[in-house]
Formats: sequence, structure tokens, C-alpha cells
Amino acid sequence: MRNRAASTYIVLRKEDKCTKCRACVEQCTYGVHSYNPAKNVIESKSWLCSNCLRCVEFCPTGALTITRNPNSYRMGHHWNHEAIMDVKRQAETGSALLEGMGCDGPNLTYWDRLLLNACQVTNPPIDPIREPIETRVILGRRPPRVELKPENRRLMLKNELAPYICAETPILLAAMSYGAVNLRVQEAMARAAIECGTYFNCGEGGLHPELRRYGSHIIVQVASGRFGVDIEYLNSGVAVEIKIGQGAKPGIGGHLPGEKVTEDIAMVRMIPKGTDALSPAPHHDVYSIEDLRQLIYALKEATEYKKPVAVKIAAVHNAAAIASGIARAGADIIVLDGVRGSTGAAPKAIRDNMGIPIELALAAVDRRLREEGIRSEVSIIASGGIRSGADVVKAIALGADAVYIGTAALIALGCTLCKMCYTGRCAWGIATTDAELSKRLNLEEGCRRVANLIKAWTMEIKEMMGAMGIDTIEALRGNRELLRGVGLTEGELRVLGIKVAGE
Amino acid sequence: MDLRESLEPRGRLQVDGNVALLDATGLHYRELNALMRRLSAEGVENVELHNVNGQRYIGTGLKRPMNIIVRGTPGNDLGMFINGQRIFVYGNAQDGCGNTMNDGLIVVHGSVGDVAGYAMRGGRIFVRDDAGFRLGIHMKEYGGKKPIIVVGGGAGDFLGEYMAGGLILVLGLKEEKNECVHSPKFVGVGMHGGVIYMRGCTIHAGKNVLVEGVEDEDLKLIRSLVEDYFNHFNLDLRVNDFISDEFVKVTPSTSRPYMGLYR
Ligand code: SF4
Ligand code: SF4
Repeated sequence: MRNRAASTYIVLRKEDKCTKCRACVEQCTYGVHSYNPAKNVIESKSWLCSNCLRCVEFCPTGALTITRNPNSYRMGHHWNHEAIMDVKRQAETGSALLEGMGCDGPNLTYWDRLLLNACQVTNPPIDPIREPIETRVILGRRPPRVELKPENRRLMLKNELAPYICAETPILLAAMSYGAVNLRVQEAMARAAIECGTYFNCGEGGLHPELRRYGSHIIVQVASGRFGVDIEYLNSGVAVEIKIGQGAKPGIGGHLPGEKVTEDIAMVRMIPKGTDALSPAPHHDVYSIEDLRQLIYALKEATEYKKPVAVKIAAVHNAAAIASGIARAGADIIVLDGVRGSTGAAPKAIRDNMGIPIELALAAVDRRLREEGIRSEVSIIASGGIRSGADVVKAIALGADAVYIGTAALIALGCTLCKMCYTGRCAWGIATTDAELSKRLNLEEGCRRVANLIKAWTMEIKEMMGAMGIDTIEALRGNRELLRGVGLTEGELRVLGIKVAGE
Repeated sequence: MDLRESLEPRGRLQVDGNVALLDATGLHYRELNALMRRLSAEGVENVELHNVNGQRYIGTGLKRPMNIIVRGTPGNDLGMFINGQRIFVYGNAQDGCGNTMNDGLIVVHGSVGDVAGYAMRGGRIFVRDDAGFRLGIHMKEYGGKKPIIVVGGGAGDFLGEYMAGGLILVLGLKEEKNECVHSPKFVGVGMHGGVIYMRGCTIHAGKNVLVEGVEDEDLKLIRSLVEDYFNHFNLDLRVNDFISDEFVKVTPSTSRPYMGLYR
């Protein structure tokens, strides 16, 4: 059955402006535009459009407008356009819905209901332009207390320090695997990380030989599919992250569709070209916290206890208890990825309905670890839906040591959040491994833009810290007094551990 | 005190040229493995471990080639991530034997536990007796690099799950008699590369796999691996007794097991 009447977007072309240059035909990767020589017109199949805006950007005469289709289904609250479209899509294909990027459902963003304190009269603010504000963070396991011993008439640290990494800003670049994105995206991220003194997580698809030179700013990931994992890989970065789950798809694994598995990716992942690369839900050697400990220590043995080991989980109902187990299992860093966490491809049902907001999970984990007296023994990185420097500050005040950003960094590269990543045909040359499409991304420019974003946010963070009279991330971390809530229920305030604004 | 200095005078560690003998009694895996890495860095290429009792990750993190003889019972993740080292176990290995190994050889004169050869990328594992569940899942392969697992006895369920490459051969022998002892379920579930050869048993295979008889080419391969198996374990059996059309071959029927499930 045709399903075009109420296609979500429509392409409007001002015929008087269109010169038939065919730029849109070339730029669109979803086959929306085509040239009809018989009539000498450009025709557009609006129902294929995902509103990625690539054609609009490239139309030299400004002839194109993409707009929401006024022919929507009858407006309902419950049966809204998206719900009806999804049903129609599935009635046609019999398949589960797959989409890229993160959950965009309403009412799941708590950042906007959290407000920060500022200095007035009784406590002095700090001017970040004149006075130093430290945004450096140390990520790793800290000893429960500092013990000193005299040595040659000097006091020396008695504790044996666990390995750690040091970032100049609390913003790290989230895991994006080679396969989900192409090598240029990874290289842009790695170079931006170097420029900003932070780290890029290379994701679960291994690390291409060409990127190994950026190892001093790369965190390598180990997921259930164990793609590209050997002793050299584990030692090529500064830290190792075990991916148990991710916010976009808690409880299920990864699935890189065969279309994206090129020869080069087959080589890095060690799988046949063109086949579906599967990482199942569990690591089949990890069915318990004890097993997790075994994997953590396997990685520590493999890296001779020189690199911190992180464990990433999706924020789920009992994240606090799980995080406690992870800390006790010997992890140096816990990564929490909230319901807004993004992905190259996830079943829509899971992405939009499973897992909880990062704000609530983070606060719960931080509190639980404090109550158990082990908070300082492990670092927390929060991720999933961080959109600004302000979100970063709020995350740290809720208990994070640092954050991972993924979607924001991709937007810096040119992503327009069209959610078509799972097709492997990203028109902006990002979520694609196609050699030609990848060339659409300019490496130098991409690197500069991602670095700019991190620098801009870091500046904002400093300004906000200064306004609160705080000059180190340490003093901000878990500092709930600085937060107040608006429009939150008693229960939400309790979980967040904050007071209502005005109190 | 330095571990080596404490063990040597008591005769628990003897180093002679590139050969070392070590009594592992009471050593934590962290001590044992650190000591082995140190010995390796000092040029030791052959280590015989005695009284091994549950120490994990033996062989992990060694940077140079080493032949390791393990007497006793090694713990989980024996030879995890090894890269060319050779490990000979006189006893049983536990779970995760050869986990994510990249290259080298593991020969177990006994049985192995669950998830042996998980995500194995190269090298070979020979198991004289049986293997537990999930043998050789996620095995990889690329170019000339192809991991191989040969199990003399039976294998547990989910054998070769998610396999992306490599070869698993399960002979199904029992007490050196020509009798089949196993019937694993869900063989090759989610497999998208590689091959499993099994002798005799009824196959309960996963979806998306092909179960066929073997061809001459396969038999040639099987024969050479069976010979290797017999040589490793000094078994006095004639290869020909086992080479017959009893073998079945399991391969993926599709390289896109997830195609069409999502749209
Ligand atoms: S890019 Fe603009 S001017 Fe060129 S063919 Fe398309 S609509 Fe016409
Ligand atoms: S990465 Fe590409 S395909 Fe994915 S949402 Fe962004 S622009 Fe669209």
C-alpha cells in the first residue's frame, strides 16, 4: 500500500529559482531528488526525505525548502503523527523499527529543571579571566585515605597509587566505533581530544593502525563481540573500557549491518566483509559481578596494572546497586549512559522505552557510593544527552567527575540529527563507511570544530564555576547545595538529592 | 621482599639459562604472572609450573615467546590474550581457556570449562577430553589468520555461537573408543563465518546454519588436524578409524543473520 499522503516532510522547490544544476540530486543519499530530462525538471520524492538538509545547504540558488508536511494525520495527542507513521511502516515491512541517534521523547530532560546557585554579597565570585579556575580532572581509583611516610626528612606518599588519566577538561569524547562512523570522524575526534587535552573513546570496533599514533589520547573499548581486541590494542590507549551496555539500547548488544562492513572494517574487526557484525547482549564470560571482576583483572593483567579500567553501563532502574558492584569488582571508572544516549542504530522500541534519565541515575549512583563510603575509590563519567556547558556543570554537581559527549560532538561535525545513521548512507559523511560519502567530511575543519566546541564549553564551565565562587572541579563534584529544582515532584527531588528552588 | 629472592633460596624457583622451574604453591595470580613476565623479560623461554592451583590468567601479558608447562589445575582465563606463547596443561583447564587469544598454542591434557576460545583470533587449542558450554563463540578470522580448536571428546551447548571465522573440530571420542558421546544443542547460533566439523552426533543446530556432509577437501583438513591431535596426546590410534563420512560440517547459511529483522 502506498503511504505517501502524509509523508513527514515535503520538499518545496521554487521553480523560478531552480537552475537545474542537479546539486541536490548528487548530494541526496536517499534518492529523494531526480532529474527528468523529458520535462527538464527536478522531481522530488518527498516521502523518502529525512530532513537532513544536505540539499538545502548545497542548493546554490536557495531554491529548496524542506518543511513538515501540512498534510499530517488528524492531530491527536495519543495517536500522533509519529505513532501512526510507525504503525504504517511496520504494517508494510513486518520488521522491528530501527533508528539512529538517541531517544528524543518528551519529559525526560531534567537538566532544564535544575538551576545553579550564584554568589551574591556574602560570598565572592571568581573572575575566570583574571584568576585561575582549574578544570583538570583526574579519572581513576583514589586511595581511601592519603598516608604519608617520612623519607630523607621529607614526607612521601605511602599509598600505592592506582593508575589514572588526567584530562584538562571534564569533557571527554564518547565511544564511536569504526563501522558506526568512518575513520575521518574518528581521526577528527582523536585530534580534537589531543588539542584539548582530553580523550576520545574509539568504541568497540577496534583501533585502525592509522589511528594508533593518537593512542596517548584514546580510550579503547572492549565489548561482547571483542572486535579488534588483542594485547597490542589494549595497550595502545591510555585506559580500557568494558562496555556492558549503552543508554540507547540497554540490554541488547550491537549490530553493525553488513552494508557498513567494508574490507577495511573487516580487517580491523577480523570478521568477513559484508556480514552483520554482532555483539550480543552479554559478554559470555560475564554473568555476574564476580565474572566482571575476572574480566577487569584480565585487562589489568594484560596492561600490567598500568591503565585504569572503566566499566560502562546503561542507566537502568537498579544502576546504583550495579555501580556499587562494579566499584567493588575493581573498576577504576564507572561510565553511566542515560536514556538519551545515542547510537548508530538501535531498535526504536528499546531506545525510547528502556533505561532512565542520566540525571536521576547519576544522582542515585553518587549517593549510593557515598553512603557505602566508596565514592572516592572510583570515578564516574556521565553521558547521554549532554547539550551544553551548563549541562556539564549540573552533571558534575550531581556527582559526575566528567562527562562523555557524543551527539554534541557529531553536531559540531555537521550532523543534523536526521536519525538515518542506521542506513549507512549519512549525507554528511559521518555515520557512513562508504568511501565516497566519507570524503564529504573535511578532516581539518572537523577537528577544528570539535575542538572549538570543547574549548567553548570549557570556557562556559569556568565562567559558571567562577560565578558560584568555585575554582576546582573537585569542589563542584557532588555539590548538591549548588543545585535547586523547579517543577519536580518530591520523589524526583529526593532521588536527585536537591532542594526545591526557594528553599 | 622481592618474590624472586624469596622463592629462589627455598628452591621453589630454579632458573637455568632460559629454563625455569617454579613451584606455584600459595602464589596469588598477580604474583605468579608478574614473576613470569619478569622471567620472560630476563630471557627465560621455558617455564614449568608445579602445584598450580586455580591461578588465573596464566600466560597473559607476556611479550616474548614462551613455552609454559602447567602441572596442576590452572584457574580461569588460562592464556587469555596470549600472543604466540605455547601452553601445555597436564590437568584440566577451567572457564575461559584461550579467551581472546591472538596467536600461539594451548594443549590441554584433560578437559576445559565453558567459553574456551571466546573471540579467538588466531593460534590453536587442542583439548584431549571434553569442552564445556559455548566453545569457540565469536571466533574471528581475517586474511591468513585463522584460529583452530580441536576437542577430542564432546562439547557443550551453544558451540560456535556468533562465530565469525575460524574452525572448530569436535571428535566425540570417549576413552579412546570410537563412540560418540555428545550432542550439543544450538550449534552455531548467529554464526556468520567459519566452520564447525563434528563427528557422529545428531546435530541440534541454530537457525541460519547449514548442516551438510563433508567433502574430500574437508576430509583432508580434518585428517591433518586429527593427526596433530593424536601427536599432541601421544594417542595410539589409527587416524583412518576416525576418518569417514560420519563427520558433519556446519557453516553459516547466510552472512546476514539479522537482515530483514529491522527496517
Ligand atoms: S540544488 Fe537547487 S538549483 Fe540545483 S537542481 Fe536542486 S533545487 Fe535546483
Ligand atoms: S550522523 Fe548523519 S545520518 Fe546520523 S543523524 Fe547525523 S546527519 Fe543524520
